[in-house]
Amino acid sequence: MSYAKLTREQIAARIARDIPEGAYVNLGIGMPTLVGNHLPKDREIFLHSENGILGMGPAPAPGLEDMDLINAGKEPVSLLTGGAYFHHTDSFAMMRGGHLDICVLGAFQVSVTGDLANWSIGGDAIPAVGGAMDLAVGAKSVWVMMEHLTKEGASKIVKRCTYPLTGIGVVKRIYTDLAVIDVTPRGLAARDLVAGLAFDDLLRLTGVSLLPPAAKAAA
Amino acid sequence: MGESRKGLGREGGLSTGMIDKIVPSVEAALADVSDGSTVLVGGFGGAGVPGELIDALIEQGARELTIVNNNAGNAEFGVAALLKAGRVRKIICSYPRTADSYVFEALYRAGKVELELVPQGTLSERMRAAGAGIGAFYTPTGYGTDLAKGKETRMIDGRGHVLEYPIHGDVALVKAERGDRWGNLVYRKSARNFGPTMASAAKCTIAQVYETVELGALDPECIVTPGIFVTRVVKVPRKKTTAVPAEAAA
Repeated sequence: MSYAKLTREQIAARIARDIPEGAYVNLGIGMPTLVGNHLPKDREIFLHSENGILGMGPAPAPGLEDMDLINAGKEPVSLLTGGAYFHHTDSFAMMRGGHLDICVLGAFQVSVTGDLANWSIGGDAIPAVGGAMDLAVGAKSVWVMMEHLTKEGASKIVKRCTYPLTGIGVVKRIYTDLAVIDVTPRGLAARDLVAGLAFDDLLRLTGVSLLPPAAKAAA
Repeated sequence: MGESRKGLGREGGLSTGMIDKIVPSVEAALADVSDGSTVLVGGFGGAGVPGELIDALIEQGARELTIVNNNAGNAEFGVAALLKAGRVRKIICSYPRTADSYVFEALYRAGKVELELVPQGTLSERMRAAGAGIGAFYTPTGYGTDLAKGKETRMIDGRGHVLEYPIHGDVALVKAERGDRWGNLVYRKSARNFGPTMASAAKCTIAQVYETVELGALDPECIVTPGIFVTRVVKVPRKKTTAVPAEAAA
């Protein structure tokens, strides 16, 4: 059997399809930022940036960059008509206070109970956390966007995270290049496997228990 | 700080005739910063960094400073220049590891600067608490993680929380777009970031602005930082905000 992994852009497009109109959304630094390129044009969706922007728009045309208007990754962005600026404490009140509907974060590991590890690989690196922990506890739905496997082929979905935790039991859904997996009280529930990938193969690659798509539909 | 001088607004005597927080130079604005001060420094990436005030602080010479900033400096300007000059004992920040934070990294690895790593929202809220007179607060951020180690925790409504204490500044250095002689400030786009919160959290808040305007020129409905939080305002030549390297993450 053969299957094709989704590209990063394809995962981003898959996530964008699930964001409903009217949602207040924060896209994390790195891979999740790509989701912004795929938001359906016919839906009004509010992008939030931790450094004080709601109604964040795409990168401006070359030459029109304004470095007083940047996203969390320090890249130049724009403001949609109707957008607003505010200070950091208000911005994190929006995050921590449960006002954001969805945040999409990258991850090193996610556990079967939704623990998230995405800020540190431990060891010798200079530790840096930014707004990751605030987003993890604050958004109504935390979605993770990541490759299913490490470069070495190990599953990033694990029984227990071995990297330092960002938040405990916070992840609601995982989008990978192989499948979409919901974190449910009964365990991880697989759905939307990429074409050609059998559930047994996903199970073997992931290395932890997964509920098959049908079981969830019947629940 | 607190020396009675005509022209320094709320630091002045009972009757100065006219409150004027606008000072003539960044040197004058920073003259009384003492060794060992905790200095809150605004900015996120390149936006909102009070570069002229930081440069003047290096010239001024205060040592053993504790710096509170979101990052730990880029290349060799701003907070990085202050670090390189050997003036910083400790840095409290959320994200010290950037593509060009090599000055901090070298000092940190050599044990020459202490790091207190704080989640970004907690960093901001700790300063808000200082400005608002709050003794401490419980936040769910960081519960169960390495950054909560050794801290008091409590279950509130079935959810773990971490006790966090305020961060008071002796001095805050902020960058705003416009200010008036009463110290009212407005900012520009996402350069606002930590400015308003830091302004409220320090004993002496110094704002660098690109324009000083007459009283009444700022729309009272739109003033972002009311002058009560500002000690001094200093005008600096307008300069285009420069980029810092974009960040990679998980």
